[in-house]
Amino acid sequence: MESPVTVPPIPAPSPPPSPVRKDAEEGSATWRLSDRVGLAICWGLGLLFCAIAAAIVLYLLVQGIKYLRLEMLFTPATAGFTQAQSGGFSDAFLGTLIVAVMGISLALPAGVGVAVWLVEYGRPAALARVTESTIEAIAGIPSIVLALFGTVIFSSTALGFLSRTSEGVVFGRSFFAASAMLSLVALPLVVASTREGLNAIPQHVREASYAVGKTKIATTRRILLPTARPQVATGAMLGLGRIIGDTAIIVVLLGATQNFAPVEGASFPFDYLRGAGTTLTNFVYEASPTGNLNQPEKAYAAAFVLLLMVLALNGAVDIVHRRARKVGTWSH
Amino acid sequence: MEAGYLPEYGPRVSDQRAERMLGALVCAVVVLLLALIATVFVRAWPSFAHNGLAWFGAGGNVDEQINLIYLSGLGSEPDVYTFHAWQLLWSTFLITGGAVLLALFSSLFVSVFLVEFAPQWMSDVLQPVVRFLASVPSVIYGLLGVLVIVPFIGNHLVTEPQKASVAGVISLSGYSLLAAVLILTVMIAPLMTSIFSDGLRSVRPGWLEGSLALGVNRWRTTWKIAVRTARPAIVAGTVLAVARAIGEAVMLAMVSGSVAFAPNPADGLIFVFEPSRPLAPTIVKNIDLLGSKPANSTLFAIAAVLLLSAATFSLAGWAARRSMSKYGATA
Repeated sequence: MESPVTVPPIPAPSPPPSPVRKDAEEGSATWRLSDRVGLAICWGLGLLFCAIAAAIVLYLLVQGIKYLRLEMLFTPATAGFTQAQSGGFSDAFLGTLIVAVMGISLALPAGVGVAVWLVEYGRPAALARVTESTIEAIAGIPSIVLALFGTVIFSSTALGFLSRTSEGVVFGRSFFAASAMLSLVALPLVVASTREGLNAIPQHVREASYAVGKTKIATTRRILLPTARPQVATGAMLGLGRIIGDTAIIVVLLGATQNFAPVEGASFPFDYLRGAGTTLTNFVYEASPTGNLNQPEKAYAAAFVLLLMVLALNGAVDIVHRRARKVGTWSH
Repeated sequence: MEAGYLPEYGPRVSDQRAERMLGALVCAVVVLLLALIATVFVRAWPSFAHNGLAWFGAGGNVDEQINLIYLSGLGSEPDVYTFHAWQLLWSTFLITGGAVLLALFSSLFVSVFLVEFAPQWMSDVLQPVVRFLASVPSVIYGLLGVLVIVPFIGNHLVTEPQKASVAGVISLSGYSLLAAVLILTVMIAPLMTSIFSDGLRSVRPGWLEGSLALGVNRWRTTWKIAVRTARPAIVAGTVLAVARAIGEAVMLAMVSGSVAFAPNPADGLIFVFEPSRPLAPTIVKNIDLLGSKPANSTLFAIAAVLLLSAATFSLAGWAARRSMSKYGATA
């Protein structure tokens, strides 16, 4: 009689075990109903998130292909009765690029500087604590409040050279004003990301550098910051995403004109930078049915361009991350 | 001191100079924040001083009040400051509260799913999706809301008798509490999800293994051990999301209906279809009035309330995190 306990046959040379131990995880079949319902909710909401993202991308892709013409990026907006007559949004497109470059070129050095001070110096300790709270607070300030604050700063007579002035009254709305306030939006992201990168460098790296006679600032510049470059780049790109996506500050501090409004009598780049202007976000806001222009087709086209920029930035963050992981870290 | 020893130029001096310069930069950032807070409150003071606590109370139509305030600042007659912001406060409360509750529920489930239960291919998809949703500019959400969600609500969800029942008071065209809450939820849920899942990932595996070894199934282990341990992260994410929701101006200006009206829960189901306008969009909509001194003060008063409520929430979150971290949990 055969024993009820069957001896398992000697396994044939099995395929190499996969790194993920799939069998070790219990399935949900043995769970109570309430637990299984919970898991179903998890799946449902996860798929819903994916569906929403897919819907946004596909919908804007369809509308973008339908309404976006390449010449829209190169023709300025003009007054017209129909959407076909009113030109493109080249100034808005350029404005977004200008604001992005100016904003990040303020936020990046400032953010890296603050992060370096916090991680490498950080004395007195009280100031370090205050600084940390300050950065957190700046991250929590609504951008519309930053914009209102900007109207106060840049309307002061001392800063009149940064915007249009007429009869002693400073207009206070310009690319300078908007970029300065937008850099505050990006600053916390740059600081947080750079800090993370600097903190991840083990202490012995610094000690090795000090041991060969390097000063702290030389160590930071030559060794720490180059090592933390992926994180600095990530912070900068996250900040860029916030800058090009912000609308409230642009509406308030860039004057929200339809095209560039250069200041007369100033030399070339400054006449435009001191003048009012527009960006893609502002254009979408104005061209939507609730805005002043009401050109939904143009709004779709501009929104599509904006979305492409955001997607490109997201992709760039991914690439930086992957490359950083391939290079490896200090702590083997 | 040791001046004879140390060179006046050279690496050490430049190091000190660098430290001083970075310190100055840091101080400048701190001073900037203080200046911002001081400016907002100083500018806001006349509005608060004239209204007292009635600023937060009900009475009259906010839009008409703002208009009167603006006009009084242009002429020679004395400035008018009368402003009762209840309609805006109530709208902010409803929209923010609704969106945060919905987002809290969905983000908790999605982050648990992402960290514990999703198969590899699913989390490979879900993670970029969450990051993407968090990075879509608010004006795009607003545009999709105005051109897709709002017409859908107006044409398919609100019935004609419902529209007729409030015809004399407001129009139910789809610009509504519901649209605002739904879109705001989509905007803040990814933010919460990414912070929650960071918290869940940092739970010590030993604690989870201990629970599993006792025969508790994975679902229960996750909720009883991982989620509880990650509570500080959950509080932190929620606080951030509330701050974002309160400060969201542009998207809400587009879809909330932008009328001074306090949706009334006593109206029954159509309550969610009623338009309103929260605090932050009120600033955007009235930004052209900044030139009039009393209107300027009123807008800054709204900004001061936004600042204060954001600060209150982060303080509350900080206190909650502190009391929780006593039990060994970290954010």
